[in-house]
Formats: sequence, structure tokens, C-alpha cells
Amino acid sequence: MTIQRQTIFRTALAYFGLIMLSIIFLIPLYWLVRSSLMDDSTIFTFPPQWIPNPVAWENYDFALSRYPLFQYLGNTLTILIPALVGTIVSATLVAYGFARISWPGRDLVFGLLLSTLMLPYVVTLIPTFFMWSRLGFVDTYVPLIVPSWFGGGMFNIFLLRQFFRTIPQDYDEAATLDGANHFQILWHLIVPMSRPAIITIAIFSFLHHWNDFLGPLIYISDPEKQTLALGLSNFQGYYSAEWGHLMAASTLMILPIIVLFFVAQKYFIKGIALGGLKG
Amino acid sequence: MENVASKGRVAQEQRGLSRKQRNLLWGLLFTSPAIIGFFLWQFGPIMAAIGISLTEWKIVGTPEWIGLANYQKIFTTDPLFLKSVSVTLIYTALSVPASIAFAFFLAVLLDQKVRLLPVFRTIFYLPSIVPFIASSYLWLWLFNPDFGALNAIIRPLGLPESKWIFASDSVLPSLALMSLWGVGGTMLIFLAGLQGVPKQLYEAVEVDGGNVWHKMRHVTIPIMTPVIFFNFVLTTINTLQTFTQPFVMTQGGPNNASLFYVLYLYRKAFRQSDMGYASALSIILLLIIGVLTYIIFRTSSLWVFYEGERD
Repeated sequence: MTIQRQTIFRTALAYFGLIMLSIIFLIPLYWLVRSSLMDDSTIFTFPPQWIPNPVAWENYDFALSRYPLFQYLGNTLTILIPALVGTIVSATLVAYGFARISWPGRDLVFGLLLSTLMLPYVVTLIPTFFMWSRLGFVDTYVPLIVPSWFGGGMFNIFLLRQFFRTIPQDYDEAATLDGANHFQILWHLIVPMSRPAIITIAIFSFLHHWNDFLGPLIYISDPEKQTLALGLSNFQGYYSAEWGHLMAASTLMILPIIVLFFVAQKYFIKGIALGGLKG
Repeated sequence: MENVASKGRVAQEQRGLSRKQRNLLWGLLFTSPAIIGFFLWQFGPIMAAIGISLTEWKIVGTPEWIGLANYQKIFTTDPLFLKSVSVTLIYTALSVPASIAFAFFLAVLLDQKVRLLPVFRTIFYLPSIVPFIASSYLWLWLFNPDFGALNAIIRPLGLPESKWIFASDSVLPSLALMSLWGVGGTMLIFLAGLQGVPKQLYEAVEVDGGNVWHKMRHVTIPIMTPVIFFNFVLTTINTLQTFTQPFVMTQGGPNNASLFYVLYLYRKAFRQSDMGYASALSIILLLIIGVLTYIIFRTSSLWVFYEGERD
């Protein structure tokens, strides 16, 4: 009886905590949308109003007409799509090499590469920038795309390798006996069985390139070539009247990510869990 | 079966290479993008950064060899270096333990067999995938002392209003508060870990008459220490490299109170074009992170519990 009452009490407490925390977590997003729907006369009233009245859509009109958001979107996708393909292709190949072929020195090499996850990105920033500027690729998308074709980052490789290792080795041996080579095994056997993991790294790669701010900030100076993340900083304003526009543009930038999340929710959850646990 | 396999092997070995050698070649072939990438984007640049850090170089013109002069200047005559180190360490000390504890707390709440788990999980996770640039602007607006949400919440409750990121004594705690909004990824890793805790261990505590606190103290936390350790290391390394938030929200102000290390380095490199000096700063950051990670790893044996060691 007491144990039962304890359990009910605990569940009630958990719900109470979860609901309160959910409200707290949602307030910033609510404030974002609320502010995007207010004009200057309502956004700068004191004390602030919680509900926009009247609802003003003009910030969205303004953001879309005065700022080339669609061009920013096109630029972002011009980087994102080839980088995404590069990440998927090269990470799959590399992960296969680390997970399914046993070769001398493999684990040592893998450990060495994995340790680069701890490397601060700023250490490589200056020489890499210098290299690209010497090659004449500053103010192009090349520096933002090409590195993705070299494995697509150790985190993605790690994730795929962990997944590949869970597939029984017998399959490969059977396929080898049938005369299949490694490329055939990878393409006909491993890839079809690893779709959840591959989708996971595709999502992470998408997020990374969609959200990347420092890369474009350093390499892109031509206003025509700016990405969404970089373009957003053009809306800057502190106490100035740009807040409604900035919030509308931010909402537009976040929206695709929220849609992506809901479409691919189960992969997000699995991928994070997988990436964290087997370390 | 065995016979067929060995025949196949013999046939392949006749083509000249042993199985071991062939595997080595295939292995290197498949992993070559990452290995080449390592030399192009990691190893090569680090060596170059060490080299550049020993020069005076303003990007135009040729680098001039000056030995350790940059390092000497950083450690002896650069007050902003010390300021940025202390800002970054203070922020890390505020943000990391709070984030880890908060993420763990959220995960424990979600692990209570609640209905609507996917809904709550989504609400807590979503903020962590909002682009830093967008969340930075959003929080800049939330922190607005006059028209922002935070003071609008605090005011009716009768609590003292804050200047948040606009005052030098509250800017770092404010940014740490903001970082709590983004703990969703860490929370998911904890949640996955919690779901792997063997249920019979809880039952054992119950049999011994233990309560919720005993379960947490003697089962959950010990079993979760490897996951806590993993999150602790990753969050610390990431937090030491904080850039976008101060770059967008405070520009290091007010009065350099949020001059984060990477922001200072960025200014030296890309605003003042002082590449030699900035490279020296980057090498020092590498060493700081290396030393901190080493300390965390060395002390981990004191508190991290690995299942294999149980027997």
C-alpha cells in the first residue's frame, strides 16, 4: 500500500516537473514567434505584451522582400547538398574500412583519428584559411564543401562504424565465397542493412551545414554569396527597430529544422543515443 | 564448408598476396579519405600553426621568424589574454556542471515511465538543434532589460530585475543560463544510458528497504558514471571553444567581461590580421584543452565505474 502510494506520488511529481519545465523550455520559442508577429508600436511597449495584438505579418513580408532570403537559401543548399553527399559517401567507405576489414594497425589508426575529436577547431583554422587563400578559393564555397569528402568528420565515421560492427561477420564471409569483393559487400549487404545509421549521419551533416556560422563568416565576404546563417547577422540591431524582422527571419530559418526533426524523429533519438553510449 | 573456404583462400593467395597483405591494402584503400583528410585538415595545419606561431605575420607580406616572442608577449604583456582565459574558465565552471546536472535531472524525469514521453522529449531536445546564430539573436532579445521576456517574467513576481548580458557581473551567469536551454543532446545520451540500467538492481535495493534516494545514490549514479564522464569531457571541450554566442550577443562586452578565448583569437586573426600571434594563442588553447582533458581522464579512475571491473 505504501509502496503504491509512493509510486503515485512520484509519478505525479514527475508530471508536475515535466510540465513546468516544458513551459520554461517553450517560452523562448514562444517569444520568438510572438515577437515576429508584432509591429514596432506593439513590440516596444512597456511592460511587454505576451500576446501580439493586432497580429502583424509585415515582418515576414519585410524579411522576404528586403533581404534576399531565397538567395541565401539557394547558397546554403549549394554548399549543403554536395557536402552532404560527400559526407555520406566518404564516411560510409571509411567506416567500412574500420569496421569490416581487419588489417594490421587498424585500431591504432582509428584511435588516432578519433582523438582529433578533442582538437579545438581554431588550431587548424588559420593554416587552413591560409591554404585556401593561397589556392585562390577564398570567397568560394570550395573550402566549405571539399573537407566533407574526406571522411565527413570522425563523429560520423564513429557512428557508422559502431553500427556496421553489429552486423554479423558471417554475411561477409558467405558473400566472399560467392565471389563478392568489398565494394559489392558494402553496397549490396552493409548499406541496405545500415539505412537507419546512414540517415542519422545525413541528418547530423544537414544540421551542421545548415547551422554553420563560423565557416561562411571566415570564407565568404561577397554579400551575394552569403548563407542563411551568415545572412541572418545582417539583421543586427540592438535597441534599434529591427527586432521584429530579425525574429521573423530567425523563425524562417528554424522552421525547416523543426520540420526535419518531426519527419526524422526516430533517427535523431537513436543516432544520439548510439553516438553517446558505446564510447 | 571449411573445405570450400580454404580452397577459395588458396586460390586468392595464388594471385600473389597473402590474405593479411590484401586486407591491409583494402583497409587502407577504404579508410584513405579519412587518413588523407587527417594529414590535410588536422596534422598538417597543426604543424603549420606551430610554425606560424613562431613568426610575425600580418597575412600580407612574408612571415618573419621571431622565435618564441609571441608566446613571451602573450604571457607577459597581454592583459587581454589573461582576461580571456579567466572569462572562458569561469564560464566553463559555471556552465558545464550546471548543464550536466540539469541534463541528468531531465533524463531521470523522462525515465519515470511517463505517458507522452515523446512529446516531452521533443520539447526538451528541440532547442539544442536551433542554429547557434538564431538562438543567439533570440536570447539577445529575451535578455533585453526593457522589452525582453526574462524581465517580463521576473517583474510581476517582485524579484529584482537584472541587466543580464548587459552588465559585466551578470553576463557570464546569463550565458550559462542560456546554455541550459541547449542541453537536449546531452539529455538524450543520459536517457539512453538510464534505459540500460538493469532493473533487477533496483529490485535488490527495494528488497533491502531502500527508497528512491538510495536507488539513485547506489545504483543509478554509479552505473551512469561512464556516461556522465563521456558527457563531461565532450561538454567541457565544446564549452572551452564558445564563440558564436559572445560574437553575436556581446562582442566580448561589457568591458571585456565576456571576452571568450576563441573570440579574442578570432579578433587577432581576422580583424587585426595578426596571424602569428593568433596561431600562438591557438596552440596555447590546444595545450589548455589537452591538460584539462588529461586531468579529467586521470581523475576518472576515482569516480568512473566500469562494468568490466565489477567482478
